Amino acid sequence: MGIIKASKLGFDYFKYNEEGEEPEKFRAIDQVSLDIKAGQFIAVLGHNGSGKSTLAKHMNALLVPTEGTLWVDSVDTSQEEDLWKVRQKAGMVFQNPDNQIIGTVVEEDVGFGPENMGIPTEDIWKRVDKSLEAVGMLAFRDKSPNKLSGGQKQRVAIAGVVAMKPECIVLDEPTAMLDPNGRKEVLKTVRELNEQEGVTVILITHYMEEVIFADKVYVMDKGEMVMEGTPREIFSQVDKLKHYRLDVPQVTLLAHELKNAGVDIPDGILTTDELVDALC
Amino acid sequence: MLIELKDVTYTYSVGTVYEVNALEHANLSIEEGQFIGIIGHTGSGKSTLIQHFNGLVQPTSGQVLYEGQDIWGEGYNLRALRSNVGLVFQYPEHQLFEVDILSDVCFGPKNQGLNKAEAEERAREALTHVGIGEELYHKSPFELSGGQKRRVAIAGVLAMNPKVLILDEPTAGLDPKGRDEILDQIKYLHDTRGITILLVSHSMEDVARYAERLIVMNDAKVAFDDTPKAVFAHYKELEIMGLAAPQITYIMHALKRKGLAVDTAATTVEEAKKSILDALADRRKA
Repeated sequence: MGIIKASKLGFDYFKYNEEGEEPEKFRAIDQVSLDIKAGQFIAVLGHNGSGKSTLAKHMNALLVPTEGTLWVDSVDTSQEEDLWKVRQKAGMVFQNPDNQIIGTVVEEDVGFGPENMGIPTEDIWKRVDKSLEAVGMLAFRDKSPNKLSGGQKQRVAIAGVVAMKPECIVLDEPTAMLDPNGRKEVLKTVRELNEQEGVTVILITHYMEEVIFADKVYVMDKGEMVMEGTPREIFSQVDKLKHYRLDVPQVTLLAHELKNAGVDIPDGILTTDELVDALC
Repeated sequence: MLIELKDVTYTYSVGTVYEVNALEHANLSIEEGQFIGIIGHTGSGKSTLIQHFNGLVQPTSGQVLYEGQDIWGEGYNLRALRSNVGLVFQYPEHQLFEVDILSDVCFGPKNQGLNKAEAEERAREALTHVGIGEELYHKSPFELSGGQKRRVAIAGVLAMNPKVLILDEPTAGLDPKGRDEILDQIKYLHDTRGITILLVSHSMEDVARYAERLIVMNDAKVAFDDTPKAVFAHYKELEIMGLAAPQITYIMHALKRKGLAVDTAATTVEEAKKSILDALADRRKA
């Protein structure tokens, strides 16, 4: 069993009206099964409302399944007594950095998680040092978070999760509010955590260029898992992705268009270098 | 000239230790009917700049003119200006508040003094222009998808019949199809209603595709103001400013370096495709 495994997961939201009638049921995810191996870099794509965030919230037991089961490192998330175990194993980073930072000084914010876990003070500081170093923010440890750029704040939020030493990190559109540089910084940080520290990463995003390094890409539509494969396998299917309201990186689209115009190049080109090699 | 900024400087927290210039000596002329993209990293002064266009902030020094009149001159009607220059903030759907969509969009025109029937007519027109059908008029704004909510919020500003529409990152957080839909709607408004558009964006690909003019903000100053093609030719300088060029620009430069005679000024997939096909045909002939 992988670090995160879902078996026929289903989740219903209920809509209650003011008259106290029978609540309306809305199925946000349906029959989702997946198996994520420790150390992988996983990307989840899907249109707004496809169920990505609902799925993500299951991974650290913010939501528990209506049907089916989800295990984080073999712990069933629906067992309430194991809640803190699950949350410690799977940390979450959300879209808006301003909603996740609570400390008045960067190092205090990062220390909040381990302090809540009851770690001895001396070890907390060790963890804070190491986490801030891992996200490249050590130089800002005594700064106020509200003086930082969006990308820097998001890296502090990531450090706060890293300080809890999770087995995996789930990031729900961590770059949606950032400028190009901020996006680059955050993505680089996440990739380094994955490659150097061996943290399993689950990245939810609307930016297709961010997932070309992933080991595996999942695509969701209307609550169901509709595609699964390597970035190359997924991005070779330009028309199918468009049908799911998604896109491909510009270089992939350009290669696809050239191929349709009769140029002899392979499917699923993901980087500028690959396209240049195919053409020159 | 529709809007002019003459040597505008804006300073935050004047007289304190936190005093900082958010805008320095900005000179800009906005002509009626233009589609302008505004880019710059977080904190570069973009938001301060756009808040000057409809008088939300008053310059510390310099002048803002709308149709030749100083908007901070004595007796100037700022209320009327704000009807003419509509500003759609980031995540505008957070500002939806009414019980149903039609009432929400009616709020602006009602505030302008229109009666119920007139306001509704404006609202219907605005909702049609952003592609929201009648079947949704009596739904709660909170029942809509992210892209739909955002379009309703844009309709709310549109219903005030502005001549200029300023949008601060209207596509943030939307899926790729939702991004295209919003931008196509904006282009449609520009093309059919002749509305002047100022689009603040973090996506170089989007401004390359839609804008005819691109303003680049850096360190509180206007760093570039030119056509997107001319601006993206400076891609190395843009990188130093924390920005970039569209991915296509990098592809075209890489191909050229490898000896394929392509046009490095191409910034969109369509332009790149044409240029590459032409270059490949020439190579075959040679």
